[in-house]
Amino acid sequence: MIPLQPPRRLIDVQIDDETVRVPEGATILDACRAAGKDVPTLCHGDTLTPKNACRVCVVEVEGARTLAPACSRKAEAGMKVGTGSERARHSRKVVLELLGSSVDLSTTPRAAEWTAEYGADPARFGADAATVEQPAKVDNDLYVRDYSKCILCYKCVDACGEQWQNTFAIGVAGRGFDGTISTEFDAPLTDSACVYCGNCVEVCPTGALSFKTEFDMRAEGTWDESRQSETTTVCSYCGVGCNLTLHVQDNKIVKVTSPHDNPVTKGNLCVKGRFGYGYV
Amino acid sequence: MSYDRLTRPLVRENGALREATWAEALDRAAEGFRRNVAEHGPDCFAMLSCARSTNEMNYVGQKFTRVVIGTNNVDSCNRTCHAPSVAGLSAVFGSGGGTSSYQEVEDTDVIVMWGSAARNAHPIFFQHVLKGIRNGARMFAVDPRRTGTAQWADLWLGLNVGTDIPLAHAVAREIIHAGLHNEAFIERATVGFAAFKECVEPWTLTAAEQVTGVPAAAIRELAHAYARADRAQLCWTLGITEHHNATDNVRALINLALLTGHVGRYGSGLSPLRGQNNVQGGGDMGAIPNRLPGFQDILDPDLRARFESAWGAPIQPRYGLNLTQMLEGMAEGEVTTCYIVGENPVQSEADSLACAKRLAMLDHLVVQDIFLTRTAQMADVVLPASAAWCEAEGTFTNSERRVQRVRKALEPPGEARDDIWILCELARRLGHDWAYDGAEEVWDELRSLSPQHRGMSYRRLTELQGIQWPCPSEDALEPPYLHGRLWESDPERRGAPAPFAVLEHSPPVDLLDEEYPLRLTTGRRLDSYNTGVQSSGFASPLRRGETVELCPEDAQRLGVAAGEDVRITSRRGSVVAPVFIDPALRPGLVFMTFHFPDDVDVNSLTIEATCPIAGTAEFKAAAVRVEKLVKAG
Repeated sequence: MIPLQPPRRLIDVQIDDETVRVPEGATILDACRAAGKDVPTLCHGDTLTPKNACRVCVVEVEGARTLAPACSRKAEAGMKVGTGSERARHSRKVVLELLGSSVDLSTTPRAAEWTAEYGADPARFGADAATVEQPAKVDNDLYVRDYSKCILCYKCVDACGEQWQNTFAIGVAGRGFDGTISTEFDAPLTDSACVYCGNCVEVCPTGALSFKTEFDMRAEGTWDESRQSETTTVCSYCGVGCNLTLHVQDNKIVKVTSPHDNPVTKGNLCVKGRFGYGYV
Repeated sequence: MSYDRLTRPLVRENGALREATWAEALDRAAEGFRRNVAEHGPDCFAMLSCARSTNEMNYVGQKFTRVVIGTNNVDSCNRTCHAPSVAGLSAVFGSGGGTSSYQEVEDTDVIVMWGSAARNAHPIFFQHVLKGIRNGARMFAVDPRRTGTAQWADLWLGLNVGTDIPLAHAVAREIIHAGLHNEAFIERATVGFAAFKECVEPWTLTAAEQVTGVPAAAIRELAHAYARADRAQLCWTLGITEHHNATDNVRALINLALLTGHVGRYGSGLSPLRGQNNVQGGGDMGAIPNRLPGFQDILDPDLRARFESAWGAPIQPRYGLNLTQMLEGMAEGEVTTCYIVGENPVQSEADSLACAKRLAMLDHLVVQDIFLTRTAQMADVVLPASAAWCEAEGTFTNSERRVQRVRKALEPPGEARDDIWILCELARRLGHDWAYDGAEEVWDELRSLSPQHRGMSYRRLTELQGIQWPCPSEDALEPPYLHGRLWESDPERRGAPAPFAVLEHSPPVDLLDEEYPLRLTTGRRLDSYNTGVQSSGFASPLRRGETVELCPEDAQRLGVAAGEDVRITSRRGSVVAPVFIDPALRPGLVFMTFHFPDDVDVNSLTIEATCPIAGTAEFKAAAVRVEKLVKAG
């Protein structure tokens, strides 16, 4: 016998013009996706608790004073949600402009597509708009930290901290506009608590954290996702049985990820599983 | 050092290995087997099957041994790690798998990590433990070292190496004397309680404290927490099993579960965490000397008859040799030919020098691997194989008995070929024409013979992201835990009762004395793996090579500083390694890994005293002395 959770009530939510039935406790984003709406997200992680940092998923909830972040606001029975209202679209456009003017979004999946869709113009703040541009930190052979691409979504902090890895090698230094992602006491990575599991790389939405292989190949101009295959297999090290997705280009493994819905890994791996494939 | 992949078959000529064609290498390999079997009979052949390779390869490998050669001498490296767990669990419950799923460790009340540095050795399992802790479970760590696991524990019980049985007995005695044992469960589902009660009686908290070094209050705390918990998980690893009396150690832990009824229910169970990706699967597939595929007993005539009719060949009605006995057989000239698939016993066996000597006595040694390992360098024929986990199709079975699909992502390099193809080619040369059209066909043959795998079609394994055995039916799933039958009220359905074991404390064989005053124990580090063959392939910033880890007090007493080279000597060998100071150790305890055998051959120090039941060596307890190197001049 397997103890079951108490059954969850289903509630009806109105998304734009259609009614969607979702379990109680689901977020507006879950409801939007159930209705097939394509709401953009950056800081939302399917294996992490919502951080509400990026505001790119805001939607209009009828009767609410402010726009609501779809990724974390719980859907309520009878709620009427507008995903594409003028106000929500305008808000997303400005968010994309602010991000695009200050951060390098070149490796963020779909960023260019959204910029076009919402008519965002990141260049409108002029050439001397503040940016977070800085040299990439290449200090080990496994992964690279390129903070000119960081949108401060805190996903890596959560993945390294209490939500998954419990290593606490990644924190936030500074306050307000000076906030940056950093190791403890801003120590060099090799002196930090980091165990190189790469679970921060797994959740990073913009490529600020990336495999060194990917970083080097992009620098050479040889990184080509259209020529990559993805194959899910099982790790060859210990007996835990973690699932890996191998990204292969030209018969070489160029990157390793882990399926987020897998019952063994929930998207996490250790240093051997994620980086220890050099021997093949 | 890192290894290059093998890309061409090699054969030995005039004492050296040279490249050869596949046809020549396979002919040479098969001819040698034929010659030896013709001369000495089938029992001169031994096969080491690979715990890294797929279930399908292990199935074909054991079939090759049993059908083509006609012996049961097939084993794998589980002998060096969890064979005692399998032996202990199957003696009590009739099945050698861990009883629980990872999810249950998240949903339990007490977690006991016994001799398991899971934080570093099984990090992703430990994430489930951490979830459990965050959900309110109390965690107890029993380990001579204050490991990363212990740092997350509510209570760390730092016991002396090799005193697990006294500790377990003291816990049991305390539970009984406090009246916290589950009388109803003991009455209905177990046997041998009276004798067990008698055997733990001398182990008072005080007596145990003297032997184990664990404070009486801590033992009492563990006993009460474990017994009072609604649900409790007991997990262990090589700290329990790499001892000369390993099976007894495992039985001592099982006794605790039987005493409290912490088995056969959701969230209550016994989990040996397996150290190789498919060591569970290798045993399940029958790549062990005493079991047929599906973990079915080879001594059962009805079962044998089923396999004999399916395979069209007689099966020997007796157990084959296990790895330890194979090595003994080589020394005595009874085992003259050996087929090793993907194992590296020359570097992974205790007392490795003796192991190399024995392999050198063979008339014919065939090694199939992806690297030219130390073992492969001794072979007469070397066959380049593919890496199972990314160059082949198949399945692996993990610690929670979950069978999962492995898929081909890469083409093997050069002329390296698939394991199953190689095995079938050798079988064909020895008169057995097996035409397997891929791994799925092998798997379906296994499913037709193994009831506990019957319901696991590849399609279902893909859809459900793996299925835990037992899975007899195509359209249902069993609960994630084993032995729920013990809680049935109907004696018919309850089945055989689980026996308590009467055990005696047996201290480590390698005694400490004035000449060898320190206790060396071995283990793993996070970013390296076993003999380092695989993990040397990536540049880990954490890797610092082999060191000998001492606690600050011992380092001060010996007058050595961090980074200084020292000589470590046991009764069997001697190595030199730099010092690393680790406050997690206690005085008198020294720690080394076996990840860098090419630089520091730690297994030349370890003792080959083995567990008589399971054949596992006592890697965890050697007596050594550590000396400053005296500079010449």
